[in-house]
Amino acid sequence: MTLLSKLTAFLILCAANAAAQEITVAAAADMSAALPQLVDAYTKKTGQTVKLSFGASGNLTNQIRNGAPFDVFFSADEDYPQQLIAEGFGSKDTLYGYAVGRLVLWVPNDSPLDLSKLGIKALLDPSVKKMSVANPATAPYGRAAAAALRHFGIYDQISSRLVVGENVSQAAQFIESGNAQAGLIALSHALAPAMKDKGRYWTVPLDAYPTLNQAAVVLAKSKQQDAARKFLNFLRTPEATALLTSYGFSLPLEKPANGGRMK
Amino acid sequence: MNWEAFWLTVRLAALVSTLLIAIGIPIAYWLTYSRWRWKFLIEAAVALPIVLPPTVLGFYVLVALGSRSPLGRWWESLTGHTLAFTFEGLVVGSLLYSLPFAVQPFATSFGAVDRKLLQASASLGHSPVQTFRRVVIPLSKTGLVTGFALSFAHTLGEFGVVLMVGGNIPGVTRTISIDIYDQVQTANYSSANQTALVLLVISFVVLSIVYGVNRRPWVVSPWR
Repeated sequence: MTLLSKLTAFLILCAANAAAQEITVAAAADMSAALPQLVDAYTKKTGQTVKLSFGASGNLTNQIRNGAPFDVFFSADEDYPQQLIAEGFGSKDTLYGYAVGRLVLWVPNDSPLDLSKLGIKALLDPSVKKMSVANPATAPYGRAAAAALRHFGIYDQISSRLVVGENVSQAAQFIESGNAQAGLIALSHALAPAMKDKGRYWTVPLDAYPTLNQAAVVLAKSKQQDAARKFLNFLRTPEATALLTSYGFSLPLEKPANGGRMK
Repeated sequence: MNWEAFWLTVRLAALVSTLLIAIGIPIAYWLTYSRWRWKFLIEAAVALPIVLPPTVLGFYVLVALGSRSPLGRWWESLTGHTLAFTFEGLVVGSLLYSLPFAVQPFATSFGAVDRKLLQASASLGHSPVQTFRRVVIPLSKTGLVTGFALSFAHTLGEFGVVLMVGGNIPGVTRTISIDIYDQVQTANYSSANQTALVLLVISFVVLSIVYGVNRRPWVVSPWR
């Protein structure tokens, strides 16, 4: 064996090894700030590398149905993982409600609106020419936003000013870039370093929209069931829950000891 | 099939390709006849949208033309709203996005006009503008049709820029490609299928027109 062929064999082994170890996680867009931090902590601790792919939960669900090679799926809405389980794409015993997401009304710093006084009615101000939400068809936060606007009876007044982001991250980006003047986005984005100092938010009361029960599931087609389950278990550790809490996620009211459904 | 999205997209494509005739002809004229030594830089700039990802254009329209930029504020003071999430915003994005698809066929056909004819026209007392109008344009019909059709088809299929700056507003910025994307993402395949088929047929027809007008006559009628 020449040196070159030895080297090649070594590199191929390395590549095969790395590919076998790495797990791929598909996650709801509201986790786009928190999850990389969780993964950093996890990788430091265990050496396990994790690749992340973000999108609207509905879009990811559809990708998984069509064979996307993910190992774990974090959804902003427990319905999507449950659908996947019912269709045989998810492992039922791994379903875990890891957090509850919160919807907030966000305006940039230069906005004249007094959110603490006006609350959701701030959206009726003429200075709000466009307000952004996520796409209700595919994004749980979009559905929550539409439900909240209906709850407060202002949906019809607002509807002509709505702009729809492909997922909740894009809805946030529309306001952050100044193209929309207000938006209903995830609290986890409002608290993320990228947006924290750029605006103010008003937390939409929980009774205004169906609870955003975030749930994760290991996918049935994953070839790394063990590694995927271990990563999911990490979310139950105090270290992980503390980080999720710092991004505005509240913990589910009742935590089953091992897997199982929440609520 | 979402007809609202369909007609919106046809309106966008028709408007953009018509505007590109008006904008593209002077640019193509200059590119053809200018002897400036740095002309190649302008040629490269005009061709940029062919290679640039639509996300780059979308990003610039959102940020450089957003309400945080001087240009965006100027536009806002003029019209009362930002460029993003409006039909005009899509028109501006599409003009940039489809520019080379109009200018390059124009310039190619202008360049193919025999210079002797231009000299003859000039010696008969025509100004350059008259020569251009009466000699170059009639001899460049094929290039003009090609540029119009290509920019129309290219705008019809635009996706990335619209996804980034459109805001998916029905009847305003929800174009047919966004509609197909939404249908696919919600697993509504039969509707996506219908719409995709319509787009496929239209694109094929438009390209057939392009190749049809550009065919060499003898291929069809060897006796000519």
